[in-house]
Amino acid sequence: MRGLILPLALVLAAEVLARIFGIDSDSIAAPSAILVAGFAALIDGTMLHATAQTLGTALAGLAIGGGGGLAAAILLGLFPRLAQLMRFSIETVRSIPAVAIIPVAMLVFGFGYRMEISIVAFACFWPVLIIGQSAVIGIDPRLDEVGRVLRLNLWARVAKIVLPAALPRIFVAFRLAAGAALIVAVTVEIATNPLGLGYGLMLAQQTLHPDMMFAMLIWVGIVGWGFNALLLFLQKRLFGPAALAGNAP
Amino acid sequence: MSRFAGVRATAESVAVFLILIAAWQAIAIFRLVSPVFLPGPNRMVAALWRGLASGHLSSELFQTVERMVYGWLLASLLGVALGALIGSSRAARLYLGPTLEFLRPIPASAVMPVAIAFLGLSNSMVLVVIALGTLWPMLLATVHGFAAIEPRLIEVSRALRLSRLGIVWKIALPNALPDILAGMRLALTIALILSVVGEMLASQDGLGLAILLAARAFRSADLFAGVALLGAVGYVSNVALQLAERRVLRWREAG
Repeated sequence: MRGLILPLALVLAAEVLARIFGIDSDSIAAPSAILVAGFAALIDGTMLHATAQTLGTALAGLAIGGGGGLAAAILLGLFPRLAQLMRFSIETVRSIPAVAIIPVAMLVFGFGYRMEISIVAFACFWPVLIIGQSAVIGIDPRLDEVGRVLRLNLWARVAKIVLPAALPRIFVAFRLAAGAALIVAVTVEIATNPLGLGYGLMLAQQTLHPDMMFAMLIWVGIVGWGFNALLLFLQKRLFGPAALAGNAP
Repeated sequence: MSRFAGVRATAESVAVFLILIAAWQAIAIFRLVSPVFLPGPNRMVAALWRGLASGHLSSELFQTVERMVYGWLLASLLGVALGALIGSSRAARLYLGPTLEFLRPIPASAVMPVAIAFLGLSNSMVLVVIALGTLWPMLLATVHGFAAIEPRLIEVSRALRLSRLGIVWKIALPNALPDILAGMRLALTIALILSVVGEMLASQDGLGLAILLAARAFRSADLFAGVALLGAVGYVSNVALQLAERRVLRWREAG
C-alpha cells in the first residue's frame, strides 16, 4: 500500500498544479485530461482497434519466429555436431539488432503487417532457439535411452520424448520471446509502420495531443504488463516449478 | 575439450559460415532473388569498402557508437547510484518499489514520442531515451544486490565498525557487481537498438539513418553494408563486455 503513496501524490500534485496555473501546452497535460482522453479512446474503439493490430502482429511474428526457432532448437539440440558447425553463423546473424532489419523489411514488403511480422519473427527466433536448445540438451539422458530401446524413429522421439520433456522450459522461452515481440512491434510502429499502438502514440504527439499521447503511453504499459502477467500465470498454472527447474545440463 | 579441438571446432564453424556466404553469392549470381532486394555479398563488401574508404560510413559508424556508449554510460552511472540509494534503505524500497515495477515494462521506444514532445527531434532527445531505456537492468540489479546481502556480512561490518559508506563500498557493491555487470551487458544491446531507432526517428546522422535512407533509395548494397556493420557493433560490444565481466569477476572464482 505504501507503494501507492508516491504515484498518487505525484498525480495529485500534477493535477493541482495544472488546475492552479492552467496548462496550455503541446507536451504536457493534466492527469484528469489524460484520463478523459484515454476513456474516450477506449469507448470509441480506436484504442482497442490499435491494440488488436499490435497484439495481432506480435503474436503472428511470435508464432512464425518462435516456431522456426523451436524447430532449429530441437535439431541443434539433438545433433550437437550440427550445433558446433553452425555456431559461428548463428552468433554472427544473432548480433544484428532487430531494428536494423526494419529498412530491409521495408524494402521487401513495403509498409503493413507483413513487414512488421517479419521483424518480430526475426527478433523472436533467437531467444527461442537459445533457450530451447539448452532445454533439449538438458533432457535426462535416460529418457533418450528409453527412446533408443523402443527403437523410436526421429519423429517419434521428438513428439513423444523431446517435446514433452522440454516443454516447461520451451514455454519459458516463448514467454520471454512474447515480451520481446510486443516491444519490437511497438518499436517498429513508432519508427516507421503506420499501424497499431506505436503509430497511435506517434500520431498523438505529431498532432499535438499530449493528453492522448500520455493516455496511449499508459495504455501501452498496461497492455505490456497484462500480457506478461497472463503468460506468467499460465506458466505457473501449467507447469508450476517445473519451468524453473532443469537448468542443469 | 583440449585446446586444439576447440580451435578446430571454431575453424569448422567459420568454414560453414563461409560456405553459407558462398551459397548467398550463388543465389545472387543466378538471380534467384531480385538484386533490388538481395545484393550479393560481393556487392555488399564493395559498398562497405567504398563507404569506409570515403569516410562517410566510418563517420556514421562512429556517431552511432558514440551515441550508444554515452547513453549507456550515463544510464550505468545513474542506475548504480540510484539503485544504491534505493537499495540501502528499506523505506525507499517500500515506497519506490511498486512505482519502478510499473514503469519498467513500458517499452523504452514508447517513451520516444514523449521525449520528442519535450526535447524535439534532437540529439539530446535520443540520448535521454537511451539513458532512460537502459537504466532498468542496472538499477534493478543494484537494488537487488544491495537488498540481498548475506546477514553475516552485515554483522561483520558492524563488528568492524564500518561506516555506512564503507558498507556500501566494501560489501554491498561487490555483492551486487555480478548482477550489475550482467545488466550492463544487456543494457548495451538495448542502447544499440535505441540509438538506431532514435536516429531513424529524429534524423540524426548515424548508421540507423543511413540504412533507412539507403532502403528508401533502393540502394540495397549500401543497406546491407550498414546492417552488417550494425551486426558487427553488436557482436564486438557483447564480446568485449563478456571479457570485461570475466576479468572483473575473477576474484569470485578464486574465493
